[in-house]
Amino acid sequence: MMLLATRDQPTLEDFGSDVWWIVLIKIVGIFAVLVFMTLFAIVFERKVVARMQQRIGPNRVGPRGYLQSLADGLKLAFKEDIMPALADKPVYFLAPVIATIPAFLAFSVIPLGPSVSIFGQVTPLQLTDAPIGVLIVLACSAMGVYGIVLAGWASGSTYPLLGGLRSAAQMVSYEIAMGLSIVAVFLYAGSMSTSEIVAGQADGNQLSFFGWEFTGPSWNAILLPVSFIIYVIAVVGETNRAPFDLPEAESELVGGFHTEYSSLKFALFFLAEYVNMVTVSALAATLFLGGWRAPWPISIWDGANTGWWPLLWFFLKVVIALFVFIWLRGTLPRLRYDQFMRFGWKVLVPTALLWILVVATMRTVSREADLSTGEVALYVGVPAAIVVLAGLLLASRSANRDTRLMAEQASAGEIHATDPEPDVLPPAGPRRRATGAPKRAEGGFPVPPMDLRVPPSPRIRRQPVASDGATVVSTGRRGSTTMKEDGDV
Amino acid sequence: MTQTLGGGETVVFWVLGPIALAGALGMVLSRNAVHSALWLVNTMLAFGVFYVVQEAPFLGAVQIIVYTGAIMILFLFVLMLVGRDSSDSVVETLRGQRVAAIILGVGFAGLVGAGIARATQDLPTDGLDGDTGGTGNIPAIAELLFTKYLLAFEVTSALLITAAVGAMVLAHIEREPGSRRSQKELSRARFLTDRQGTLPGPGVFARANSVAVPAILPDGRVAEDSLATGLEPQEPDQMPRPTGREQLGSPDAALGTLDPAPLDGGDR
Repeated sequence: MMLLATRDQPTLEDFGSDVWWIVLIKIVGIFAVLVFMTLFAIVFERKVVARMQQRIGPNRVGPRGYLQSLADGLKLAFKEDIMPALADKPVYFLAPVIATIPAFLAFSVIPLGPSVSIFGQVTPLQLTDAPIGVLIVLACSAMGVYGIVLAGWASGSTYPLLGGLRSAAQMVSYEIAMGLSIVAVFLYAGSMSTSEIVAGQADGNQLSFFGWEFTGPSWNAILLPVSFIIYVIAVVGETNRAPFDLPEAESELVGGFHTEYSSLKFALFFLAEYVNMVTVSALAATLFLGGWRAPWPISIWDGANTGWWPLLWFFLKVVIALFVFIWLRGTLPRLRYDQFMRFGWKVLVPTALLWILVVATMRTVSREADLSTGEVALYVGVPAAIVVLAGLLLASRSANRDTRLMAEQASAGEIHATDPEPDVLPPAGPRRRATGAPKRAEGGFPVPPMDLRVPPSPRIRRQPVASDGATVVSTGRRGSTTMKEDGDV
Repeated sequence: MTQTLGGGETVVFWVLGPIALAGALGMVLSRNAVHSALWLVNTMLAFGVFYVVQEAPFLGAVQIIVYTGAIMILFLFVLMLVGRDSSDSVVETLRGQRVAAIILGVGFAGLVGAGIARATQDLPTDGLDGDTGGTGNIPAIAELLFTKYLLAFEVTSALLITAAVGAMVLAHIEREPGSRRSQKELSRARFLTDRQGTLPGPGVFARANSVAVPAILPDGRVAEDSLATGLEPQEPDQMPRPTGREQLGSPDAALGTLDPAPLDGGDR
C-alpha cells in the first residue's frame, strides 16, 4: 500500500530498534512538548477568545501576558486540596490520574517528522508505531472517559454525578462517530499505522482533466471530506469542548464532574483536557492533513520534507486545528442535551455509515475497473461527498422549519410568534411551597424556609454530624480536625 | 519443541499476571459495586496488554476499546444510576454458603487448570506467525473474517442487532402524548414567556450579598423581581454612582449625546 517510500519516510520496520537513551529522549520530549502546548493553548485560547469578544485578554504576566498560564498553574498548585467528606477516597484520588495518563499515552504514536539523526542515531521522529497505531489513540480516549465518569461518581455530590453521567453517555456516543469517520481513512491508506497513513498522503495522484495533466491533492481531508467533517465534529464532543461541553456546563451543573475538585487534582483535569485537544488535533493533522508533510506551495522546495523542518509544518497544522477549537468555543452556544444526543446518533453515525459504503464501493470500482485511486476519488468521491452534505443540509433545514419560521416572524415584529396553542410554563407561584411556610410573591425569588434545620443524612455513617445539624466538611489532610461549616444562610 | 518465553514477555507476564489476578479477586471481594467494576476493568486492561504481547495487537486493542472502553462504561453508567451507597448486604442468608462456594470454586479452578495444563503439556507451541502467512496480523484476521467465517460473522452481527432492538422495545415506555414534556418542549415554552432568562439575583449592584437585599437597577431603583419571598426586604446600600457628566469622564462623552435635540434637521 505504501506508494513511494522515500529515504526519509519511516516504515514499520524502523520502530522498536532504538537505543534506550533515544527512547528516553523521545519520551521526555513528548512530555515536554505536551506540557508546553498546554501552557501555550491556554494563553492562546484566552487571547483569541478575548479578541473575538472585543477584549484584550491577559496582558499582565510576562511579555504581553504570555506567561499567564504559568502563573495560573502555580496558583492552582498552591491552593488548598479539599477532600469532600462524602467522597469515595481512593476513587476520588485516582480519577484525575486516570484522566491524565491516557491523554499523554495517546501521543506516543503520533508521527512528528521523518527519520532524523539524533547524536548520530538515525531514528524516526515518533516514539513508536504499530500495525494498529490509530487504535491505540482510540483505546486511550476510551480510557480517558473513566477519569471523568469516576470523578463525577466519587465526589459524592449531585452536580458532579450528573456531569459524570452526561459524559459517559456523550463520550461513548461520539466515540462511535469518531471511530466510523476514521474507517474511511483506513480503507484509503490500507493500514492502521500512523506513519503509513502519512506515507499514503505523500504524493498526489497524476490526473488528467480533459487533456490537462496535473497532480491531484493528496490530503485525505480533500479526498474524504465527509470523514473529515464528521471527525472534526466528533472530537469536539469527545474532548468535552464547547459547544459540546455538557459534562461541565457551568450554567447548569456548576462545574460538572470537577465541581468538587481543587488544587492539583483540578489542574490534572485541566491538563488532560488540553492534552486531549492537542492529541486530537495532531491526529487530525496526521490522518487528514498530510501529517508532517509540507503543504503544497512549500512542498515544491525539495528540502521541505527532510530533516527537522517537518516539525514546523506539523505544529503549524496542530495550532491551526487548536484555533478552530477556540473559534468554535467563541462562536457557538452550548447545545441542549437532547439536541446533542440526537445529532450524534441520528445524524453523525448514519452519515458516517453511508459514507463508508460509498468509499468502499469506490475502492472496489477502482480496483476492478483498473482506474487510479485518485481519479475515482476526485471524480466520484468528491461529488458523492457534496451530495451527502447537501442532503444533510436540506434535511436539517426541513427539520428546523417551524423554528426558523417562528424566528422570522418574531424578528418581523410579532412579539409572540407562537404555536397555535401557546404552551407556556405555569408561573412559578405559591403552589410549590408547603403549608405553613411563608407564601412567596408572584415570580419572586425562592428562599429556603427560615426555620430550616437540616436533619442528619442517613447516608453519613463515616463521620459524626455536628449536634446542631450543620454539615461537616473535612479538609484534605489526614488526621486534621474537621471544620464546621457556617450554619447560617 | 518447547519454546521458552522471551525476556520481555516473561517480565510482562510476571508483572501483569498478579495484577490481573488481584483485579479478579478484588472484583469478587469488594463490597461496593463500583469498586468491583473498577477491579474488573483492571483485569481486562491487563488482558489487553497480554494479547498485545502475544503478537495479537488487534485483539488487544479491541479488548481495550470495546470491553473496557464501551461495555464497562455502560456497566458503570448503570451502577451510578443505582446509587453510590448500595453496597451488598453482609448477612449470609444460607448458612455455610460462603465456605461451600469458596471450596467449590477453588476446586473447580484447580480441576480446569490441571486439565488444561495436562492437555497442553507437550504440545508444540506454534506462534501466530505461522498462521498469518507473512501478511501480518490484521490482514490475516480480515481475510479469515471475510472469507471462511463470513457467515458466522454476519449471523453474530444479526443476533447482536436483534438483541439491541429487543432491549429497546422491552425498555420502551409508552407515554400518553402531552403527559410529560420533553426538554425541547420545556425550553420552547420557556422562551414564550415574558422572561426568557433567569430572575435577577438578590444583591446585584448592591453592597451586600444577603438574600434579603434586592438587586438595584442601573438607575438606582430596586428591581422588584429580585425581592425574596417571606423576607422583609432591606434597604439596599447604594454604591456611590457617578452622577454628573464630569464624573463619568471621557468614555461617556465619546458615546455622543442625545440631550440637546439633534442640530440638523430639528425643524423638519
